[in-house]
Amino acid sequence: MNVKELAEKANLNLFSGAAGLDRQVTGGYSSDLLSDVMGYASEGQVWITLQKHRNIMAVASLKDLAAIILVKGFEPEPDVLELSEKEGIPVLGTQKQAFEISGEIFNLIK
Amino acid sequence: MIKADFHIHTVLSPCGDIEMTPVNIVNVAKERGLSVIGICDHNSTLNARVVREVGAECGVYVMTGAEITTSEEIHVLIFVDGNEALDKLQKYIEKHINRVPNNPDLFGYQPVIDRCENILDQVDYLLINSTDLSIDDLEDYAGSSGAIIIPAHINKPSNSLISQLGFIPAGSRFNAVEIFPESPLSPADREACSCYRMLTSSDAHYTHHIGKFYTELDVNLPISFNNILDALK
Repeated sequence: MNVKELAEKANLNLFSGAAGLDRQVTGGYSSDLLSDVMGYASEGQVWITLQKHRNIMAVASLKDLAAIILVKGFEPEPDVLELSEKEGIPVLGTQKQAFEISGEIFNLIK
Repeated sequence: MIKADFHIHTVLSPCGDIEMTPVNIVNVAKERGLSVIGICDHNSTLNARVVREVGAECGVYVMTGAEITTSEEIHVLIFVDGNEALDKLQKYIEKHINRVPNNPDLFGYQPVIDRCENILDQVDYLLINSTDLSIDDLEDYAGSSGAIIIPAHINKPSNSLISQLGFIPAGSRFNAVEIFPESPLSPADREACSCYRMLTSSDAHYTHHIGKFYTELDVNLPISFNNILDALK
């Protein structure tokens, strides 16, 4: 499944990084500690978080993540949008909280 | 060179020991040869002024401010100059803290006290909760108000710049960064902080920790907020 298909099935809205919608999704990682994501997330995962500081884009890029999904209706800071476009890594959003969207995505891609 | 310990809590912090009163803090600081101390309770300035007043009588210069918890749950030290700026900082924090009632049995008491250790008030919401202010918001506040901003214990495994944001964001506007000597600092992170003044301080919650770690600073006399700010450059 790619990011675009996942976004449609999980009803995620796209904030930025449309160029990366064809990235393949291999799994997911839910965490709000960037140091933890840097240590333990894997290439191709979607990252579910409430953090919206610009450093999330650097971490996503470093780990070659498929996309970032912001929970609970959080919106990215302007510098996140800019970096997302530049890196071609989509930033998506949902109104749901992390537990719910993680469960939903787990079922979609298992 | 003078010795400065910028990170000391009072009894107001729920985790601050009952012995952390103005007179005790200043006396221990003096005994340990500290010329400058920073009073920064979690998300409150309310005991800072009285420590400064006691310090001024005993020859210990007291920086007043708070250790603010950002929306990313990073602990950041903010120091301001003078009573007016301190009141303004207090209002700013009160406006932005996420209010949850404190349970003193679980978290500890949060008393505002006077120099004679009389309890003047008890803060009823939990002071260690986070605010809705991002670290960028605090950098803006410091920049526009002339406050000193120092991310606390940046290399600790929790509530630190590095634990919450992975690494030091490029272009950050800090006056200094505080390193916790008992946690490791990777060579890459050390390199990233090299453009900031690196401080070590005690983060004392008990009197016996005051001055356990400190920073030697070359401050022009008389010691003042601005001379300390200059010494951090």
